[in-house]
Amino acid sequence: MSASAIIVFREVLEAALIISIVAAASKGILGYRRYISLGVGAGLVGAVIVASFASGISSAFSGMGQELLNAGILFSAVLMLAWHNVWMAKHARELSARLSALGNKVSSGELPLYVITIAVAMAVLREGSEVALFLYGIAAAGSAALDMLWGGLLGLAAGIIVSLLLYRGLIAIPTKWLFSVTSWVILLLAAGLAASATGYLAQAGIVPSQAPLWNTSDWLSEQSWFGQILHILIGYQARPTPAALVAYLLVLITIASLMVWVKRSNTPNSKELTA
Amino acid sequence: MFSSLFSRVRFVLFAALAVSASSAFAGDDVYELIIKDHKFSPATITIPADTKVKLLVKNQDVTPEEFESYELNREKIIPGNSQAIIFIGPLSAGEYPFFGEFNQATAQGKILVK
Repeated sequence: MSASAIIVFREVLEAALIISIVAAASKGILGYRRYISLGVGAGLVGAVIVASFASGISSAFSGMGQELLNAGILFSAVLMLAWHNVWMAKHARELSARLSALGNKVSSGELPLYVITIAVAMAVLREGSEVALFLYGIAAAGSAALDMLWGGLLGLAAGIIVSLLLYRGLIAIPTKWLFSVTSWVILLLAAGLAASATGYLAQAGIVPSQAPLWNTSDWLSEQSWFGQILHILIGYQARPTPAALVAYLLVLITIASLMVWVKRSNTPNSKELTA
Repeated sequence: MFSSLFSRVRFVLFAALAVSASSAFAGDDVYELIIKDHKFSPATITIPADTKVKLLVKNQDVTPEEFESYELNREKIIPGNSQAIIFIGPLSAGEYPFFGEFNQATAQGKILVK
């Protein structure tokens, strides 16, 4: 029972952490909860579909379908998180001012809210399809199935509780700092997802297989709980390849530059308004 | 990116030109790995150093398994009663453990690079 609880917890945790960070970062945008729920729902439906076509997906693209799908999911998530962050760079001040002054929510203006929905759906899709396959395996195994199924549910519940705690913790941050904290977290999160995507591309043979640049697994293993949480939140890898490092830095620098650029081009405008 | 795309195109052309000669896939030696009763067999596979090889993983259980290795930087789900291809290497000499994430208690193995 405990083995299955831990496996499901690990998978759920990754999706759940991403959802709670995106939710906290979207606080104050009108209707954001609905769009997040929609993302979770769509992701779950997608996960079941992906799991039930697992064999077909595996054999697609000369046996590399799974890798290409995973890389595609990760890159779409990176794109959505980048978009969210750049939009927030422009509107965070206005959003936090309204939130602390009036407790008002603001409409998202030109940020299409499906950005939030897709980011959440991608996180749920990737981890959810693994959980669905794993639980299917348990169900197919018979005998000890019920006990392990309870373990799975326990893991699911634990993952949801941890992410709720993180969400509560994040939104307890004073409003004037909340959005800079969530922006930093999302920036590192997106860079980490891009680095992970290169792993799938290497596995598919699109990016050459490379020896890792360094190995810090003796110091902090990715299999440890702390290592795993750092892997999700900031993209920690004990053995990064050159391709992973390049993708990480490229995404980090690109999003950060766009945020700075958008913030700068926005500043004269807001001065005009206050003058 | 472009150079890898180019080398892929070149590889495909090369492979097409040399369909009859299996030596077109020189370096892609195939090693079979069976999953049965949530165990890998053989549990140790020895491969040459600095060579790209192809693992043909056959899952003979009805349940899916995830081949995972932090050392090899590989992670792939193999559905029940099906097979999958995993390319590994070129690697330097050493031991590279792998495991089945869905049955970690029994599904353990390693690649020995010599």
